[in-house]
Amino acid sequence: MTGQMELVQNFPCFSIMLCMFAGIISSALKGKSAKRINTAVLCINILMSAAVLLFTVRTGEFYVYVMGRFPAPWGNELRIGVLEAGMALFFCVIMLLSLMGGKHKLIQEVEEGKRNLYYILTDLMLSSLLALIYTNDLFTAYVFVEINTISACGLIMIRQNGRTIEAAVRYMIMSLLGSGLFLLGLCMLYDMTGHLLMSNIKEQVTGIYLSGAGGSFHVPLMVTIAIISVGLAIKSALFPFHAWLPDAYGYSTVSSAAILSSLVSKGYIFLLFKIIYRVIGFDTFCDSRIIDILFIFGLMGMVFGSLSAIKENDVRRMIAFSSIAQIGYIYMGVGLGTQVGMVASVFHVLSHAATKSLLFIAAIGLTDVSGGSRKFIELTGSGYRNKIAGATFTAGALSMVGVPMFSGFISKLLFSQAAVQNDGKMFPALIVLGISTVLNAIYFMKTVIRIYTPVENTEYPTVTWRENKVYAVTLICFIVLNVFLGVLSQPIVDLIGWGLNMFA
Amino acid sequence: MSKLKSEEEYQKTAAFHFFRWLSGSQDPYVGKVEMQPQEEYQEEEATIQERMEEQQMIRDKVYDKKRNKSLLFFRWFYKIMAVVFCIVLGAMLIITVSYLPPTGNALNPDNNEVARRYIESGMQETGAVNVVTGMILTYRAFDTFGETNVLFIATCCVMIMLMVEDAELKKRELQNDRRFEPKNDAVLQGVATILVPIIFIFGIYIILNGHLSPGGGFSGGAAMGAGLILYVSAFGFKKTQRFFNEEVYKVAKVTALCMYGLIGIYYYVMGANGLENHIPLGIPGHIISAGIIFPINICVGIEVACTMYAFYALFRRGGL
Repeated sequence: MTGQMELVQNFPCFSIMLCMFAGIISSALKGKSAKRINTAVLCINILMSAAVLLFTVRTGEFYVYVMGRFPAPWGNELRIGVLEAGMALFFCVIMLLSLMGGKHKLIQEVEEGKRNLYYILTDLMLSSLLALIYTNDLFTAYVFVEINTISACGLIMIRQNGRTIEAAVRYMIMSLLGSGLFLLGLCMLYDMTGHLLMSNIKEQVTGIYLSGAGGSFHVPLMVTIAIISVGLAIKSALFPFHAWLPDAYGYSTVSSAAILSSLVSKGYIFLLFKIIYRVIGFDTFCDSRIIDILFIFGLMGMVFGSLSAIKENDVRRMIAFSSIAQIGYIYMGVGLGTQVGMVASVFHVLSHAATKSLLFIAAIGLTDVSGGSRKFIELTGSGYRNKIAGATFTAGALSMVGVPMFSGFISKLLFSQAAVQNDGKMFPALIVLGISTVLNAIYFMKTVIRIYTPVENTEYPTVTWRENKVYAVTLICFIVLNVFLGVLSQPIVDLIGWGLNMFA
Repeated sequence: MSKLKSEEEYQKTAAFHFFRWLSGSQDPYVGKVEMQPQEEYQEEEATIQERMEEQQMIRDKVYDKKRNKSLLFFRWFYKIMAVVFCIVLGAMLIITVSYLPPTGNALNPDNNEVARRYIESGMQETGAVNVVTGMILTYRAFDTFGETNVLFIATCCVMIMLMVEDAELKKRELQNDRRFEPKNDAVLQGVATILVPIIFIFGIYIILNGHLSPGGGFSGGAAMGAGLILYVSAFGFKKTQRFFNEEVYKVAKVTALCMYGLIGIYYYVMGANGLENHIPLGIPGHIISAGIIFPINICVGIEVACTMYAFYALFRRGGL
């Protein structure tokens, strides 16, 4: 152990354990107390992550936190840098806002006696996300991927009707296939390198890679990279593996949909970034041809996700299909194989998480003033009946389409800058980016025009923001977050670039 | 039949019972065990009619292969692709495995300094004779805490799925939980009376000796859970709830997990900050030794036993 640790440096460990304690204690409590504990834990976690972020920015370098008496590779360890701390802070904020915005629907849709279970699931979900962000050990990552998968299933099926049960079963099967592939890849890596610690694996992997195609482990290494990438792509709903997504996001209770779309899939993507940089090594990963497959799948997702969204007649499912397109953007950025592309992808993770949860939460306000129907015909004029939800939905739609001042614009800009710097992939990336933007505009603007088309003598009531103040405040926070990402993008992009350099 | 004893006296002896059982002249269970045939499933004419119509409707509308060509195509495509996918994935993995180093070779990459330290200095550093337990509960204590929480969250998900909340339904389930089996099965009860204490003692032995011999919290907890399940199936929920009801379950589970968490966080923080760890390691080989392993094994054992029992109870009647 080198030197004395500062108190701040303990915070990542504290925040993971705090979430777990909150989940464990909530199992003996009623729904209301469980909710209070959950909110308190989220607020404390936001403060702690912010402190860690400030600390890492001030020291300007990452630090290693040994979980226990024995240093890695014998024990477990966490590794904390700017990017990790920033991601943790962002995830906690989004989860708090998603839970606040969906609270009233949760009370309607979940049975009284099972509400505390919902908060147990979210607590443990947060702990697993934080552990995935901070850990420097592949097996620890796998353990927390398990917790993440099981709690995501619970989040989907806690609203009990036929569609959610079916969606949860489908999610579980697909997701377990992903976990299985990830575990197989992990076993092969262990067999080839003899390590589970990310940094140690990387040393060995670089050696194997440099020995060339004639080396004894070259084939298994390529297969390992492929199955780990595909496993995590299944879990984060990259295009051909997205079949579980629309129902899971479309029918679960709204907080779950927001958490699943903006945090769960992003947690796996972050794990993939980590594996690219810290386990396989960025250059090795780029030289393997797997990256081209991710690039092509990303491009296909951008187009086909949007096409499915255009055909959809259910607003929640439309937003869900839009997620497939956005996940496609992220993988397209990874597939470009440059540092700039990775920065764009990380920024899009933030931007999409902020916007998609906003859209889900805002859409619920619109469907509530349309008799609970999600069909577009019923939604006509709902922007007038619930003004704040209408305005927020419009802001989210503008951000998704990529209008300046909103976060979506910056990520599209970063993607096109990254595409221009890559000779081979510039044309496909730019053309598909353009097509996808137009398609985005078609289905989002169609919805916005629909909700602002006046209707004569409607039977549905008009709702003002005073009737549900928490909901209104949540929506405003979401808009502020979105505009913040859009306007103050340069410092954030710099921070991401700096964090990625620290990451490797 | 006997020359030495009178007929009445002979009927009391074990030999009489044995020969009677051997000749099959009297069934020992008739009249002593409650043997009730299951109620035959009755269905009204209208429901049958309705079900038939529904099936016909589904067949006609949803799976109308004649008019829905794309469905027909999809089904064929799906079957072929599923087989192709499995074969390709299997072949790919088998080919990959043939490149990996053979098991047990001394020169394999996984025989490195990590494994060496676990085996060579595991006992001095953790105090555990059983190297595996020392590894999972001391060196990699954080992973194991996550693994225990996997069990916890799995119980929560089963509860979401199967817990009966509706009051009327709950009452019915509680009364009728032995619908399909005879009450008070003499054979089962006799076996359970003998086996349950043994299973419990064996489970406790496995848990407490986790750091000395093969075993530990996970396997011992599973044995204890099996004992609980055997007891419930023999004697019913009413008797079980005298010592293991929902309250006890909650208290046991929360205490066990919190204890584990507290020990864990103490151990992590002390270790990370380079502070002295005040939990003594003891003398390897003694029952109370091996530092944090001993209490953690007990906590894990309780949690695993609770999880096993909760799964059984939830699947059987939707409540604890």
